[in-house]
Formats: sequence, structure tokens, C-alpha cells
Amino acid sequence: MAIDQELKIEMGKQGVVVTTLQELYNWGRKSSVWPMQFGLACCAIEMIATTMARYDLARFGAEVFRPSPRQADLMIISGTVTKKMAPQVVRLYNQMGEPRYVIAMGACAISGGPFKQGYNVLKGIDRYIPVDVHIPGCPPRPEALLQAFITLQNKIQAQPLTGPNRPRHLDAEAQGEFPVPVQGEHDLEPTSNPGVWTVPVVIR
Amino acid sequence: MSSWTLQQSTNEHLAGWNRPQVIKPEGDGEVLEVSMGPHHPSTHGVFRMDVKLDGEKVIGLKPVFGYLHRNHEQLGEKLSYLAIMPYTDRLDYFCSLSNNWGYAMAVEKLAGLEVPERADHLRVILAELTRFQNHASWIGFLAQEMGASGTPLMYAFREREKILDLFEELTGSRMMCNYMRFGGCRVDPTAEWLSETRKVVQGLHKFVDEFENLLTGNEILMSRTQGVGVLSHDLAVNASVSGPMARASGVNYDIRKVDHYGIYDRFNFRVPLGEHGDIYDRYMVRVLEIRESLSILEQALKSVPGGPILDPKAKSRGIRPKAGEAYGRIEAPKGELGFYLISDGAGSPYRYRIRPPSFINLTVLEDMCLGHNVADAILILGSVDIVLGEVDR
Amino acid sequence: MKTIEEIQAAIEAAVPGGEVTIVMNPSPAAQHSLLVGAGKAVAVAKFLRDDAELALDFCSNVTGVDWLDREIAEKVKVTKTVTKTVDGVEQQVEETVEETVKRAVPGYLECVYHLYSVAKKHGPVVIRMRTANRSDMVELPSLTPIWRGAEFQEREVFDLYGIVFTGHPDLRRILMWDEFKDHPMRKDYVLPDDFEYEPTPHDDVLKRAEAHRADVAQEGAAQ
Ligand code: SF4
Repeated sequence: MAIDQELKIEMGKQGVVVTTLQELYNWGRKSSVWPMQFGLACCAIEMIATTMARYDLARFGAEVFRPSPRQADLMIISGTVTKKMAPQVVRLYNQMGEPRYVIAMGACAISGGPFKQGYNVLKGIDRYIPVDVHIPGCPPRPEALLQAFITLQNKIQAQPLTGPNRPRHLDAEAQGEFPVPVQGEHDLEPTSNPGVWTVPVVIR
Repeated sequence: MSSWTLQQSTNEHLAGWNRPQVIKPEGDGEVLEVSMGPHHPSTHGVFRMDVKLDGEKVIGLKPVFGYLHRNHEQLGEKLSYLAIMPYTDRLDYFCSLSNNWGYAMAVEKLAGLEVPERADHLRVILAELTRFQNHASWIGFLAQEMGASGTPLMYAFREREKILDLFEELTGSRMMCNYMRFGGCRVDPTAEWLSETRKVVQGLHKFVDEFENLLTGNEILMSRTQGVGVLSHDLAVNASVSGPMARASGVNYDIRKVDHYGIYDRFNFRVPLGEHGDIYDRYMVRVLEIRESLSILEQALKSVPGGPILDPKAKSRGIRPKAGEAYGRIEAPKGELGFYLISDGAGSPYRYRIRPPSFINLTVLEDMCLGHNVADAILILGSVDIVLGEVDR
Repeated sequence: MKTIEEIQAAIEAAVPGGEVTIVMNPSPAAQHSLLVGAGKAVAVAKFLRDDAELALDFCSNVTGVDWLDREIAEKVKVTKTVTKTVDGVEQQVEETVEETVKRAVPGYLECVYHLYSVAKKHGPVVIRMRTANRSDMVELPSLTPIWRGAEFQEREVFDLYGIVFTGHPDLRRILMWDEFKDHPMRKDYVLPDDFEYEPTPHDDVLKRAEAHRADVAQEGAAQ
């Protein structure tokens, strides 16, 4: 697996490129992450701004926004997830093919943000689906989204292809479908998915 | 999931001219029911339409709301008057400063506060800059829905970034400005900021010319929009349609002119009106409005007086207006934005209500779409100019 | 524009039995309103829209307000006969005393309409209607047949406050999902219990989070 870094550089000088399959594979994956064209609220406008000329998300190989979840690798939860919308978000996530990643953008997607106390606002999308990168901010600046994107790329790059931490698409056992919450008479049922989210312990 | 099974959703039993007409399917009478959204590439955010189709033709359409219902009103009734201000930013997140103004105005009416000259000028400047970037982005989005993926939107966002830079320099935030206070504004702009704004406004003229060169005479834009989604004058008034959409149908009603709020009286500007009420007119009205905005901006920037930016009587924190109620409204870029407040003398309003222009403008969506193709329905929805944060609140 | 009293008089002349009363607004805004009885409300609205001078053709804003059952403490002047000793002689004296009387005011739901005129460019004229109570008699006539602009807003009032508009063409929930049972904008609405995790609880939230924890602990003990 591990190559001697010095040897690699030395050979590179000679015109011989040496790499591992894992590095090459992950390099390819991280350079073509296609996000889903999916905007929820205010943060979506900053997401659009990120793809526009000044911030230019295309530099990271992610300019292709796909309207269909089947063709997308990355779901950017850009905004408030309401309880009316949450089942649809989970359903869309279920429809995405592996490997799939989630960026929770903004205070609302993380925790409900300023609207936390509302009766129709979900207190964080990580109650139902696994989130890879959280971006705080209300709204996060486009630079923050770029930073999150780079973080995700680093995460992809570092994923080993074998062993217990291998990516989910190489793991036949990995959970594919996540249960979709039901809209009940007073609230979503269940209010969280215990397989994904456990109540954090607050240390004071 | 379809809501058609609910009995009341048909409108055949209703006589009365202000209901959409009922179209019977032709041919074999087979009706296709499509649920568009809430995740759909062409809906502006999370919005759903239940569409009934006869072939390609729309014969029924019901909008479904609530996917971004964030309980603004309920939260507002728990918060203090000042704490509501940042929430108003998040209503129509393209135009946070207009929302600020609308809310500040309602509280000023409720508490009887005056706004100093300088603050009034600043409010006009910021509101018109907001209108500019809103309309420009709207045109970009409309063109995108017609298939011009990217380019016009790219141009619009390029200019928008310049305006957002100004906002950021003044208020500290690009989008969520939280700038206005009851009886004035929060921070005083420097002379450099004003001269920078003048420079940017100068440059915007060129942008509008360029934009219009690309779009106004464009063959595709004309053939996709002319005669599509026609809204009549009478229906527009009866259905409380406001803003550029009403004016495109020839309704001469601009709250800046009617209510004489702020200091709009002092500036010389015209209200563009449409003749046909179709999408093209809506486009043209907005383009012309942008130009009028630029003219207001130039006049306002020339005459910014010195002085305080906050009414000395005003007290933002812990304000407790006497019991009573007030309705304040402004001409937001999307239409009439109103705030209705009932105070019972406590530190937070007893009732806090937002009158969202884009929500009410959607009342006539079905009327405009009937008889058109599905592809046009998308365009018609786009032409209303909605932002879901405001539609669902 | 006519003053509110003139409008009231005009309505009463045109729609006999319209039960129109003026509700004064003490705030500096001075937007006084007309309380319209539910019985003739549609006729009154039609008159307001079609009257040549008023021409209130634009129904800008429709909203609900929830007024809970209240107790009003009022100062009332009561005349009493008291026995007093004046100059050593016992006498019956009439005396006026101020007393605080508590009066229970039944709650009601209210629907407020803000009307403007596009033709005449004046307004607002505020009209309001009240339901009989907050629980079972919550019906009001819908004004959508007069002003189409009220359609979605009345649906919203129905959804969030539970006022049932008779004669509305399409009365369904609009913001919440169809299965939802409560009317969340009512003042006595109880928030759903999703207080599992509150990193910075305070005031109300702290109480609710603690109640949630106690509930969970009890359930755990029961099992
Ligand atoms: S985090 Fe802030 S900006 Fe983002 S969706 Fe929530 S309220 Fe809007």
C-alpha cells in the first residue's frame, strides 16, 4: 500500500509516475463530485452564488449540478428542513446511488438554526440521515461552502478501499435505505432515527 | 398523495366570474395527474404543483405550499420587537433590506416614531439597490427556465456581487443585513461608502444596456413569452395581485406613489405599465423598473444630507408600544409587503402577521396556466417571481 | 376618503341589519376598524367593493387573531348606602366607592381584512369578524367570492387558527400537512415534544427539555 514517498518523487523526476490504486481511484472520485440541484432556503442562494463566476465551484470539479438524485453524488442540504419537507429529503437521499455524501449547510440544516423553536422545523437533518460535513453560519459565506467542499474531498481522498472504514459502495453490508419518517397528527413519527442519531451528551 | 380526491378542490360548483374556468379534457378524456415538486429543477425552491394534464395541455393546477413553513409568525409572537428584525431578513432572502423597512415602518406606525432625513435617504438607496439585484436575478432565473442555462444568470450574479459587497461593507453581512431600526438605521455609512455606491450605480447603467441587448429583442424569449400566461386587469385587482406583476397587467398601483411613504415623493420617477399582461410584459416592466430605480438612486445619492440616523426618541431595545394595532406596507420588489402588528403593551407583539406578496400573487397561477403546455406552466410560475421563504413563511 | 363613521353610516344605509360597530385603535397609527356581524358580512363586503365612492376593490391582507378567554379587572363606581356615625348620630349615607370587579370575557377568534382601493387609491379600511367562541362555533362566512385575493389567506387562517369559512371554494390545509390535527397559531397550542437535545436551554425551553428528560427516565424505569 504505502509507497516510499521519496522514491516516488525520485521516480517522478525520471518521468515515471507511481501511484496506488487507492490513490488513483480516490483522486478520480474526489475530482468529480456532482452535487444535486436542490435548494431549500436562504442558504441555497449562497450555494448558487458559489457556483457563479466569482467563487466558481467548477474549479473543484463540481460544477455539474444534477437535477436527478440518481445522477448525483452529493446532497447539499442548503437551508431549513421543515417537518413537511423532511420525508422528501430522506426519500431523495434514499434514491441517490452510492457513494453519496451529505453536506449540511447553515445553522438550519445543522440544528434548526434561528427557527429551532418553530413547530414545523426539524432540529437538524442529521436526525434522519448521516451527514459528512457541517458548515455553521447563517448563511455560510461561499468561501465556507468551498472549505466544506475541500474538507469533503480530503475525506474522500483518505478513505481506504478495504477494511471496516471502506466506502459504503464497496461494502455490501452497508445500509442503503433509511426509514422515511411519517407525518403524524402532531409531529413526525419517529422524531429521529436512532440508528443514525443518538442524543448527544451535553457536558457543562 | 394527490389532493384531487378531496371533494372541495373542484371549482365547478362555484358560479362567479372570479374563479378559473374549467377545461374539459378532449379526445379520449384521459387525464394525467402529475405532482411537480417539491424537488423539481425548475420550481423556485421547495414548491409543489399538482397538475392535471390532457396530453400536454394543463387543464387544472393546484399549488401546494408549506414545504418551507418556518413559523415566522409564531416565533415573532414570542420574541421582542427588536429580535424580530433579523427574522424579517429571512422572509424574502433576496431582499432583506426591503423586508427590514417594511417591518420597521409597521413598528414606527405603532409607536409613533419619526425617521430622520439621512436615514430616509439611506433607506431609499438600499431599497432601490435591493430592487435592482432582485429584478436582475429574476431575469436571469427566467432565462434559465427558458433553457439559457447559466449565461444571463451569470451576468446578473456578477452585478449582484457588486451590490452585495456594498451591503456587506455597510451592514456586515452579504444577505442578512438586519440594518434598519425603529426610527432610523443601525450604522452610519462613511463618505467613502457613498462615493463607492455612486461608482457602482454608474456601472450598473452599462450592465442594463448589455443585458437588454442580449435579451429584449431575443427571438426565443419573445416567442416563448408573448401571449403566454395572460392575466387580465380586473382579475389582477380582484385577486390582490400586486407589484410588477399587477403593473404588467396595466394596474396603475405603485405603493411608492400611492402611500407616499419614506421620501419617494421627492424623486422623479415613472411607473412602467404593461398592456397585455403576459410574461413578456412582466419582463419588460421589470427591466424598466430597474432603470427607474437607477434614476432614483442617482437622485438620492446626490442629496444625502448629514445629521443623525436615528430618531432620538426611539428606543430599539426593550421597546413597548402602547396597546393598539398598525398595518404598514411598502412596495417590495415582489409586490406589496405588509406587516400587521397588534400590541397589548407587552415587549413582544400579540399578533405579528406578514402579508407576503409572492404568496398572494400565486392565487392566479391556475388561471394563468390553464390551456397552456406544461413547459409554459413552468415559465409562468417563474414569471410570478416567488421566493419560498416568503411564500410559506 | 370617508371617515370611519361615515363608512359605518353608509353601510348601515345600504345593508340594513349589518351590525357594524366601530372598534377604535388607540395607537398612533389610528387605523380604526369596523366590526361586522357574521350574518350580513358578505353583503357588507359586496357593498364595500361595489360602492362607487368607496370602491374597495383590493383586499390586501387577511389574517386571524386568537383572543383567549380573559378576565378583565374593571374599576366600577358603585353607589352604596352605608351607615356612618356623623357628629355622634348614626345616619344612612349614600356613598360612591370604586370597586374592582372581575369580569370574564369569553374568548373568540377574529378575522381581520385590510381593504384598499386601487381605483381611488385610498385605504386602508379595516373590517373584522368574530366567531362566537373558540371551540365549536368557529364558523365565519368566506369573503373569497367577493375578493379572490382572500382565497389562500383564508385557507391559511383555517389551517393555523381553525376558523371554518363557509362558502369557501377550496377549504383545505395549506401550510401544514393534511394529517395534521392542531391549529398551531392558537395561543394555547402545545409544541410537539422534540426536546431531546438542547445545547443551550433557557426559560421555557429549559422547562420543556427537563420535562422531556423526566418523561424518558420514567419510560425507562417502567420497562
Ligand atoms: S441557516 Fe440562516 S441563511 Fe441558512 S437557511 Fe437557515 S436561516 Fe436561512
